[in-house]
Amino acid sequence: MTCTDFLARMTDYFDGEVEPELLAEIKAHLCECHHCEVLVDTTRQTIRVYRDHQVYELTDEVRERTVTRIMSACTGKH
Amino acid sequence: MPVIEQTGTEEVHPDVALVEASRNGDTAAFEKLVRQYDRQIFRTAQHITQNREDAEDITQDVFMKAYNKLEQFQGNSKFSTWLTRIAVNESLMRLRKRKTSRTVSMDQDVQTDEGSIPRDFADWTPDPEQQYGTSELGDILQRTIAGLSPGFRTVFTLRDIENLSTEETAQALGLSVPAVKSRLLRARLQLRERLSRYMKRNDGRVKP
Ligand SMILES: [Zn+2]
Repeated sequence: MTCTDFLARMTDYFDGEVEPELLAEIKAHLCECHHCEVLVDTTRQTIRVYRDHQVYELTDEVRERTVTRIMSACTGKH
Repeated sequence: MPVIEQTGTEEVHPDVALVEASRNGDTAAFEKLVRQYDRQIFRTAQHITQNREDAEDITQDVFMKAYNKLEQFQGNSKFSTWLTRIAVNESLMRLRKRKTSRTVSMDQDVQTDEGSIPRDFADWTPDPEQQYGTSELGDILQRTIAGLSPGFRTVFTLRDIENLSTEETAQALGLSVPAVKSRLLRARLQLRERLSRYMKRNDGRVKP
């Protein structure tokens, strides 16, 4: 397996969607290729850091105002 | 009134009953749906538009539109996915309005592979939270994702931040599953490459 082959399968690998035989090949490649190993680690870290730090949150105040506006627009229809 | 189709033995999502009740004029049921998904819709809208005021407006518009279009919800996707699709379309429309000189679409910039081929193979600090304070890290994350094109930002947001499945992301974006997978790969690689400059280990240690 080449680095390009691995890259083409990285998304499926992350999603756990590769057949056992291919998975063994991927794991073998990651053992011998430091670049791809780092790529996997740092890409996982990228996802994790964004998941752990929601950069955009609705404040309670804005949230209540928003819900009130939505509901008054909707109840107006009945 | 269209009946929501249920397939076989699959478990009925609790939203289905709330949608039915909302259609019958039960506004309390609709408010439950609003409170369940308003944060997610807001985050998605802000990630795409990169503008807080727009995201607040869009959140309102999405639920108002959804309420008026409840009859059109067929139940062949999750209610949250259906909402997300409305949010994505509204957000892209806002972006188009703001940036009159540039066309904005899901396809923008996704044709070029430049920037997604990995170049930086340095190890990262295992604990960026420690290296930067929470607020500085938040700034870095925000700036970095803002540098991605809307098409890539959107795919990453739905799949990796909001944790939609690949199929749900495809439904929300009106794309095929293979298209989502290929965009997701490039979005992740671009983001990783851009974050790398902040996250590299700075203790001089090199992994053997
Ligand atoms: Zn490799």
